[in-house]
Amino acid sequence: MMNDMTRVERTVDSKDIKIAANKVQVYYGDTHAIKDVDVQIEDKTVTAFIGPSGCGKSTFLRCLNRMNDTIDICRVEGDILLDGEDIYDKRVDPVQLRAKVGMVFQKPNPFPKSIYDNVAYGPRIHGLAKNKAELDEIVEKSLRRGAIWDEVKDRLDAPGTGLSGGQQQRLCIARAVATEPEVLLMDEPCSALDPIATAQVEELIDELRSRYSVVIVTHSMQQAARVSQKTAFFHLGNLVEFGETGQIFTNPEDPRTESYITGRIG
Amino acid sequence: MTDISQNSGAAPAAKPKGGSLFEKDARTKRRNAAEGRFKLYGIAAIGIGLLMLVVLVTNIVTAGTGAFQQSFLELNVELKEDKLDKKGNRNIEDIKKVSTFGYAPLIASALEAEVAKLGIQTDLSPKDMGKILSKAAQAELRNYVISNPDEIGKTVSFRFLVNSRVDGYMKGRVTRESIANDKSISVEQLDFVDQLRDAGILYKAFNPDFIFGSDASDQRPEAAGIGVSMLGSLFMMFVVLALALPIGVAASIYLEEFAPQNRLTDIIEVNISNLAAVPSIVFGILGLAVFINYMHLPTSAPLVGGLVLTLMTLPTIIISTRASLKAVPPSIRDAALGVGASKMQAVFHHVLPLAAPGILTGTIIGLAQALGETAPLLLIGMVGFIASNPPDGIVAGFLSPNSAMPAQIYEWSKRADPAFYERAWGGIIILLIFLVTMNTIAVILRRRFERRW
Repeated sequence: MMNDMTRVERTVDSKDIKIAANKVQVYYGDTHAIKDVDVQIEDKTVTAFIGPSGCGKSTFLRCLNRMNDTIDICRVEGDILLDGEDIYDKRVDPVQLRAKVGMVFQKPNPFPKSIYDNVAYGPRIHGLAKNKAELDEIVEKSLRRGAIWDEVKDRLDAPGTGLSGGQQQRLCIARAVATEPEVLLMDEPCSALDPIATAQVEELIDELRSRYSVVIVTHSMQQAARVSQKTAFFHLGNLVEFGETGQIFTNPEDPRTESYITGRIG
Repeated sequence: MTDISQNSGAAPAAKPKGGSLFEKDARTKRRNAAEGRFKLYGIAAIGIGLLMLVVLVTNIVTAGTGAFQQSFLELNVELKEDKLDKKGNRNIEDIKKVSTFGYAPLIASALEAEVAKLGIQTDLSPKDMGKILSKAAQAELRNYVISNPDEIGKTVSFRFLVNSRVDGYMKGRVTRESIANDKSISVEQLDFVDQLRDAGILYKAFNPDFIFGSDASDQRPEAAGIGVSMLGSLFMMFVVLALALPIGVAASIYLEEFAPQNRLTDIIEVNISNLAAVPSIVFGILGLAVFINYMHLPTSAPLVGGLVLTLMTLPTIIISTRASLKAVPPSIRDAALGVGASKMQAVFHHVLPLAAPGILTGTIIGLAQALGETAPLLLIGMVGFIASNPPDGIVAGFLSPNSAMPAQIYEWSKRADPAFYERAWGGIIILLIFLVTMNTIAVILRRRFERRW
């Protein structure tokens, strides 16, 4: 584990706060799923949410681009500010928000369309390309950022669902970055992938850090340690500890964090 | 890893504890027996089902194929000018003044001449000889003359329908014994029929008029066809398709993708499922009350029939559409929303195309169900209507009174003349061909457009 931690260079410069959450509460019907969560997500940083199953880390992640709106019984209280603007304000259209805050899901979910159409869909509906040539350019750029261009450039018309699991997930990442988001949310992006594909995606996440603020939910502590600069530990709906990844894994302040990291709870 | 072959040679095998694996214990035997019995029940159930199907199909085919054949008598009729056009100026209005009845002597003399030419010996009077022909023969002749007035004065060869008793005799349905109490045909006439058949001018042939022709009155079963009511069914299906598909799909998309989950939508949902199980005659009463008594739409019109069947088909379409929308994995919706698509874009760009095969299948099955429905048509007057004239144009197709295929079959089956019974079965064959075709199309569409993810 110590080896993993040295992989990512941990520069601790002060960066802009991209997302600031204050006293966020989430209820599923009568269940109080997220309690009083305060967290600051920095720009151009990978922030990892870790914690045992059912601790609310995915729920919180889905609050950040209002994907929870699709669940009828879900209710969110508190403020979540993106660049100082409350994303739960009445004036905010969640559709517009989601173009800024892209998302990659646990299971690779390419559309059952061609690889090209998968990536081109977002730019098309947002009108990012004036003509076919521009769209081609966006698709190529996105696929390159998704680190999958070389593998698929000769078969852009092939269905996206025909790729391997790891390729599908990188395609989904390419699709997410095609709309030029500012924040990229990843909900356990590697849990359905084999170790080699996982390594590729992790490498990609590290590259994405140069452009986007990345928030990743993961079950694997090693993964959090490998890819993130900041780590938040959730337990039973509470944000127990939030800080530099190195510090969380080597010198946690809270006894619950320590127990989880050493494998006593989870 | 140790090498297994080495080990097995060296160490002796342990004695199996608690009995050998080669012997089945009592519990396993009981379980296997129960499983075997269950499989047997299943095979028996399928066997019974198949047997029923075979019996049904054989029955329908044997009883119904007769309707596609009809007995005809070939005669050369001289279209005498002094009878048909006394003024001789070929004025169509004058020709029309000669009633159907006025054509009878022409046919009778043609038959008499034919008998004399063939040298057939018979004691029958010319009138009785003429009785073996269908009453439709005179009408056929009159229609021919009115549409071809230039043929008057010439001798034209015709193929006339013979009446249903003679046709039954040719098909083996009527025998000399069975007509003992029948006043409309005599043994002498049957002898005469035998002579004509031996001479080769009375024969059975395929009868396209059964498929394309119109219904006929009670006295002329030999002339009845299902064609006009087929058109009635067709126009009804247009109405059903045009209304039920958009309304049903829009309702299901709203309920499945947009509507909030609350008590109201729960009630709606339960009621849609209940509506699917409502007896179809209830929809007929509803149609009578709303479309005819309240909205004053014409009785017996395919438009009204189509509206009633739309009401009946909607629940089927909504249920199957919702099922196919539900079957689209939520990850696709997430994916679309995740790249910033609106809900409607997510539904129309991604969910609907994936659900389309299921929706199409449901719609076609709903249509097939509507096509075979009789009871609701009973109450809006489409059953019992004699569809004797094809509709005149498309608007008339929707608005003028007509029957429908199942209604026509029902109508024939309750008429007294046994010749109609055969036609009812023939109609069932045609209806079944339609239904099987529609279901096959549904299966093919589903196979072709079903996408995997």
